[in-house]
Amino acid sequence: MVLSSLINGIVLGSLYALIALGPTLIYGILRILDIANVAGLTLGAYTGLKVFEATHSLLAALVVAMLASAAFGYLLQRFLYRPILGRGPLIPLIAGIGVFIAMEEVFRLVFGPYPLDFPATVPLPTVHVGGAVVTGVQLLILIVGIAVLVGTWYSLRRTRLGLLWRATSQDTETASAMGVNTGLVIATIFLIGYALAAISGVLLGINYNTVYPTMGDIPAYKMLAIIVLGGLGNPLGTILAAMLIGLVETFVVAYLGFVLPRDAIAFIVLIVILLVRPQGLLPGESFGS
Amino acid sequence: MSYMIVVGVTVVIYAILTVSLNIIVGYVGQPNLAQGAFLGIGAYFAAVFSTRYHMSFWLTIPLAFATAGVAGLVLGAISLRLREDFLAITTIGLNFVIVAVFQYVPFFGGAVGIYAIPLPSIAGHQFSNNAFLTVGLLMLAFVMAVSKYLEHTWFGASLMAIRDDETAASSVGVPVASYKVIAFTLSAAFAGMAGSLYAPFLSAVTPTSFGFIESVIVLAMLIFGGLGTIRGAVLGAVILGALPEAFRFISNYRLLMFGAILLLMLRFQPEGLVGEGSVLVKLTRRATEELRRRRHKGTTDSPAAGV
Repeated sequence: MVLSSLINGIVLGSLYALIALGPTLIYGILRILDIANVAGLTLGAYTGLKVFEATHSLLAALVVAMLASAAFGYLLQRFLYRPILGRGPLIPLIAGIGVFIAMEEVFRLVFGPYPLDFPATVPLPTVHVGGAVVTGVQLLILIVGIAVLVGTWYSLRRTRLGLLWRATSQDTETASAMGVNTGLVIATIFLIGYALAAISGVLLGINYNTVYPTMGDIPAYKMLAIIVLGGLGNPLGTILAAMLIGLVETFVVAYLGFVLPRDAIAFIVLIVILLVRPQGLLPGESFGS
Repeated sequence: MSYMIVVGVTVVIYAILTVSLNIIVGYVGQPNLAQGAFLGIGAYFAAVFSTRYHMSFWLTIPLAFATAGVAGLVLGAISLRLREDFLAITTIGLNFVIVAVFQYVPFFGGAVGIYAIPLPSIAGHQFSNNAFLTVGLLMLAFVMAVSKYLEHTWFGASLMAIRDDETAASSVGVPVASYKVIAFTLSAAFAGMAGSLYAPFLSAVTPTSFGFIESVIVLAMLIFGGLGTIRGAVLGAVILGALPEAFRFISNYRLLMFGAILLLMLRFQPEGLVGEGSVLVKLTRRATEELRRRRHKGTTDSPAAGV
C-alpha cells in the first residue's frame, strides 16, 4: 500500500513536473506567468489524438503534437507577449488568461464538448515491484519524465542555449548589451516550453484515456502552485515542488481522506506557501548557477 | 418587454460588479480576479438566511454586504504580503477555494446549491421584475456615488497615489497598508451586496455559477470599458452584458468573446473604450477642443473683420 502510493505519487509528480517545466523556463526568462501554456497542453492532446487515430503511431502523435504546440507558442510570444512586455507583469498575465479561455472555447467548437477517448496502448509491459503494480502508461510517464528532466538539466547546465537562458533570465538588458540575441532566446524557450506542454497533454490524455476542451483547467492551477512553491523560474525547485505535490496528494487521499476535493490541496499549499515563504522552496535560479 | 427587464437586471448586477471592481483594480491598481467569488459569498449568505431562517430581503442586503466585506478584508490583509503577479494568482485560487467550500460544506447546500429562494416583498407585495430593476439601479447608483465621492477625496487620491507609486505614496504619509485593506473590503462588500439581489432574482444559487470564469468576465468587462473610470466600468458592463442577449448567436461563443476581448484590448488598447488616454477619449477631447477654439476664434475674428 505504501509502495504503490509512493509509485503513484512519483508518477503524478513527474506528470506535474512536465506540465510546470515549460512555464517555469518562460517565467525565468520573461517574468510572465504564462497561463496560456496550458492551451498548448490541450492543443497537444487533441493534435496527438487526431494523429494517433490516423496513423496508430504514438511516436508520430507525440512529434506532430509537439510541432503544433511549439508553433502556437512561437506565435503567442511573437504577436502577444513581446509587444506588451514593458507593461509590468499583470497585463501579460491577464492577456494570457484571455488566450487560455478563448482557446478552450475554440477546442469546444472544433472538437465538440464531449470527452474523447485516447485509446493508445503503450508498448511497455506492466511491472510488478514488490506487491505494487506499475502499468505500462505509468512506466512511459516515468521514462519520458526522467528523460525530459535530465535533458533540460543538461541543456541548461552544459549547452550554449542554457548559458543564454541563464544570462537572459538574470538580466535581459545586460545580456542584450553583451550581444545576446534575447529575441531569439525567448523564441527558443517558447518553442521548447510549448513542445513540453504538448508532451504533457498527450501523456495526460493517454493516462486518463480522455481528452476534452477544459482538460487544462486543473493542470493550469496546479502549475501555478508548483511554480510558486518551486521558487519561481527555478527549474530544479519546480521539479521538487511537483514531486512534493504529487506525493502529498496521493498520500493525503489514500490515508487521511480529505473534506475538500484532492485538487484543492495544491491551492491550499500555494496560499500557505505564499503567506509563509513567498520566495518558494528554492529561491532564485539555482538550477543553472 | 419583461424579457428586456430581465436583461436589464443582469446588466445592472454586472455593472455593480465592474464599478466595485474598479475601486481595487482601477484606483489602487491591485489585481483582483475574485470578484465573482465575492458575488457568490453575498448571494450564498442571502440565500441561506432567507430560505432557512426566513430573513427578510432587506436584512439580507447588509448581511451580504458584511460577509463579502469580511472576505475582502482577509484578501486585503493577504495582499499586503504579495507582489502583484503573486497576488493575482492568489485571487485566482480564492475562486477555487470558495467554490469548493460552497460545494462541500453542508451549510451551503452542497453541490446542488440552494433552491426556492423566496421573492422579496415590499409593503406586502411580492417583487416584480420591475422592482428588481429598481432596487438594482438604486444599488448601482449608491456604488457609483461612493466611487465618485472617492475620486474627489484625500482617501481616493491616496489610493491612486498607491497605484502610481507605492513607495512615493508612503513617503508622503499615505497609510498604504490600511488604505489597501479598506479598498479591498469596500470593493468586495459591494460585490456581495449585488449577490443579495442576484440570489432572489434567479431564485437559486449553485456553486459553479460563481468562480474563476465569472471573475474573468467581470474583469474583461472592466478592461473593455476602461480601467480606472466609472463611465468605463458601466459602459463595459452594459455593452458586454447586453450583447449576448441582443445577438443570440454570441451566447454560444461567450467565453471566446471574453477571452478575445481580454487579449485584444490588452494588446492594442489597454486603456479600454473610454478610459483615460483611450483613442476614443482623445478623439472626443480633440474634437471638443477644436470646436471651442473655432468658436472662440469666430468671436475674436468678427470685430477685426469689421475694422
